[in-house]
Amino acid sequence: MTARRLGLYAASTVIAAWVLLPLALIALAALTPREELYRWPRPLWPDRFTAEGMLFFVHQARVLRALWNSVLVAGLTIALALGLAAPAAYALVRYRFRGREALQLGILATKMFPATVLSVPLAVVLIRLNLYDTLFGVALVHTSLSIPFVTLIVASVFAGVPYELEEAALTLGCSRLQAFLRITLPIALPGLAAAATFTFILSWNEVFAATILTLDNRTLPALLIHSVLSEGAPLYFRYAGGLFLVLPAVVILLLIRRYLLTLWGVTVR
Amino acid sequence: MRNRTEHAPEPKATQVVWTPYILVLPAFAYLALFILYPMAQAIRLSLTDPQTGGWTAAHFLRLTQDPYFWPAVRYTLLITAIAIPLQLALALAIALLVHTRFPGHGVFLYLCALPLGLSDLAAGLIWLSIFTERGYLNAALQALGLIRSPVSFLSYEHPHWLLGAIVLTEVWRATAIVMVILVAGLQLIPRDYVETAQVFGARPWQTLWHVLLPLLRPSLQTALIVRTILAFQLFATVVVLAGRLIPVLAGEAYFWYALYRSPNVASAYAVLILLLSGAVTWVYLRTLRTPVEAQA
Amino acid sequence: MAEIVLRNLRKTFGKVVAIRDLSLDVADGEFLVLLGPSGCGKTTTLRAIAGLEVLDRGTIRIGGRDVTRLPPGKRGIAMVFQSYAVFPHMRVYDNIVFGLRMRGIPLAEQRRRALAAAELLQITDVLDRYPAQLSGGQRQRVAVARAIVMEPDVLLMDEPLSNLDALLRLHMRAELKRLHREVGSTTVYVTHDQVEAMSLGDRIAVMRDGEIVQCDTPQRIYDDPANVFVGSFIGSPPMNFLRGVLDGAGGIRLGDTVLPVPVAYQPALGAQRDPEVLVGIPPEHIVVGAGPLVAEVVVSEPLGPSKLLTLRTHGQLLKVTVRADHPAAPGDVVHMDFPPAHVRLMDPKTERALPRTGP
Repeated sequence: MTARRLGLYAASTVIAAWVLLPLALIALAALTPREELYRWPRPLWPDRFTAEGMLFFVHQARVLRALWNSVLVAGLTIALALGLAAPAAYALVRYRFRGREALQLGILATKMFPATVLSVPLAVVLIRLNLYDTLFGVALVHTSLSIPFVTLIVASVFAGVPYELEEAALTLGCSRLQAFLRITLPIALPGLAAAATFTFILSWNEVFAATILTLDNRTLPALLIHSVLSEGAPLYFRYAGGLFLVLPAVVILLLIRRYLLTLWGVTVR
Repeated sequence: MRNRTEHAPEPKATQVVWTPYILVLPAFAYLALFILYPMAQAIRLSLTDPQTGGWTAAHFLRLTQDPYFWPAVRYTLLITAIAIPLQLALALAIALLVHTRFPGHGVFLYLCALPLGLSDLAAGLIWLSIFTERGYLNAALQALGLIRSPVSFLSYEHPHWLLGAIVLTEVWRATAIVMVILVAGLQLIPRDYVETAQVFGARPWQTLWHVLLPLLRPSLQTALIVRTILAFQLFATVVVLAGRLIPVLAGEAYFWYALYRSPNVASAYAVLILLLSGAVTWVYLRTLRTPVEAQA
Repeated sequence: MAEIVLRNLRKTFGKVVAIRDLSLDVADGEFLVLLGPSGCGKTTTLRAIAGLEVLDRGTIRIGGRDVTRLPPGKRGIAMVFQSYAVFPHMRVYDNIVFGLRMRGIPLAEQRRRALAAAELLQITDVLDRYPAQLSGGQRQRVAVARAIVMEPDVLLMDEPLSNLDALLRLHMRAELKRLHREVGSTTVYVTHDQVEAMSLGDRIAVMRDGEIVQCDTPQRIYDDPANVFVGSFIGSPPMNFLRGVLDGAGGIRLGDTVLPVPVAYQPALGAQRDPEVLVGIPPEHIVVGAGPLVAEVVVSEPLGPSKLLTLRTHGQLLKVTVRADHPAAPGDVVHMDFPPAHVRLMDPKTERALPRTGP
């Protein structure tokens, strides 16, 4: 092994460790018995692994509810975002029309409008519409945040389906809609699933809007922030919450890593 | 030859096909409703008196007089200014490592991209477990025999360490965002350029400085813009690690809405964040602009 | 009856004119080839017949019906695409019956037609597989099967052989010819390969810049190209064209040699004002060894069954095909003659063939 190769491995191992270690630590912390968390000297490795911290967390008032709310909001967001973005993506990819470039740019530009800027006025609007403190209201906001990404992913997925396939379907008696449903959609399905899972992560992780827009019907991040700020949540609570935040994301990223990188134009060969 | 089969048949010159417009309308209308309208609302809220409905600068005045304001501005900018160069360097290093395609680079890339799935809240909680008084950092220091009693990294007694913890968490979490953009950008650079440089005798550092970095400029620009805008929104990490000891703009916006019940001042903060993001984007676009003639 | 009538077709893409006032008649059961270089409009014409391109002007009739405004599925056509466009997410069998399923043909009939087509194209043993598991040649045959099960009035093919390697292409060419004999549908076939065109077509329509330059049987196109373009396109190698000058006394001067004007051209040349003329002669009809013209051998390429010589005479280059054991080598000076029966004269300004009388 050359010195250069050795250097590469050393550097990448160090960096990978630096990324992985904190993740391992939160898992460790969440699975450590509660008393041990406050012990001094603090052992690096727990005496025993236990899920009691996690269970205690889940059985706290409103936590199970919050977990469920997060799932619901994510599900709603996926449905809405895909429903809105997929047709737009198809139009952007398959048609040439005036304003196409401007629209693409505009959709990308909305990525720049952070939740922090939009949440406060949206809260005011949602109050007026009686949608404040509803999961639907949060899902609406999450949808607007995820549409730019979903459009991008879905557009690249549709672009990957050769238009000739749709044309062939047309010559065999399909209408444009039938060609889309029978040919493009089935082939694009894995990509769409990736877009859906990406949206899930985005919604699952979203903190600011969820915190501002909910009172009783909180999502998991909103609950955790609220607990940290006003209720002085104990350590095990925070660690368990942290693990619940992290775990789905890590698992999902493992599943869709190929598409995630494609989103930014990266191909892993 | 034109790749004509990529698109639906082009209509006659005189005909307008409505289909694409219909397909695009829902998404476009939705975004207009949920992005443009709230933005306009934010500006309006920040400048309107809730009682009379007239224009007023009172909210912005309130904002600047608040004792938390200048610290919030300072800390937001400080965190951004420290974290971003560090992230840039680290992300570039990772991107270059991945670019060498050493065996296992795929796994390496995936591992480094993991933080993409984490929110600033999750990152805050993770590093809380490290920096808190009975946390892993103290545990490690004690196991190494360097300390006897725990050091409180996250208390008001050590604001610098508090800031450091926040910066470290941010670097750890958000480097992945920059990294992914740079990896994509590197992949777009044809191998020929690097090989030509090597044939002309350039050593690795020279190749990096004179060939790769200039060609990476557009990606760097994108990465910096995206990252900086995100940095101005930093909220949960700070809240978890420091509460309100380290005020930041997004945090102040939250507190003015939820605690002090003033959507107007909260909107003023939101508008401020928006202006900052816009200004910084403009600066990046100007300074990192590649002249048209020099583009690949 | 499935004859095709194209009248005054016009199609532009922005500023580019792809089809420029094209009219064509294709007889029922005829195999018509659209031949031409890239960008000549042949594929656009085919796609217009299919209904995949909307025309600016013109009408298309298939079997007497005006189909100009009908979508592709209702024109009675079936198409084989250059990239085959076989649906990757369906098995071969499902691909083949897809169009039948869209049309609501009963299952038993679907099966009958699919098996018959598979038999005809020798893909019966891969019916259960997915396209990704097939070779390029097999996928191409699936595409053809999918088209012929529709029993279309018109079969359209867009360079179906161009993605195959040379040997397979040769084999499939013969297969397609056999297929056409057995199935007999009116076929419009697009290619840029003139060997394919000569071999497959009942008639060839040579296209350039959106227009049909000549439409005739392969033999007549080969024997009597309508202009320099067609002459330079057909044949491998294609016809040679040399610049000559009419001397007004029944001769054509090439450099310092004078060739007699062929009898068939004499009436036409009476009306010719311009003394300049292009002399066309196919490489395989040049006689090497004896004759009034003198040339130097520049390059000699052995091609196996023959030898291709590049000769230079009076500053102009031409190619000659001779038998494989011909002694001529680079640097040699040889004599050659152009048999008048094979000489074709063209107007250098319009590039069109001068009128000929007789054989």
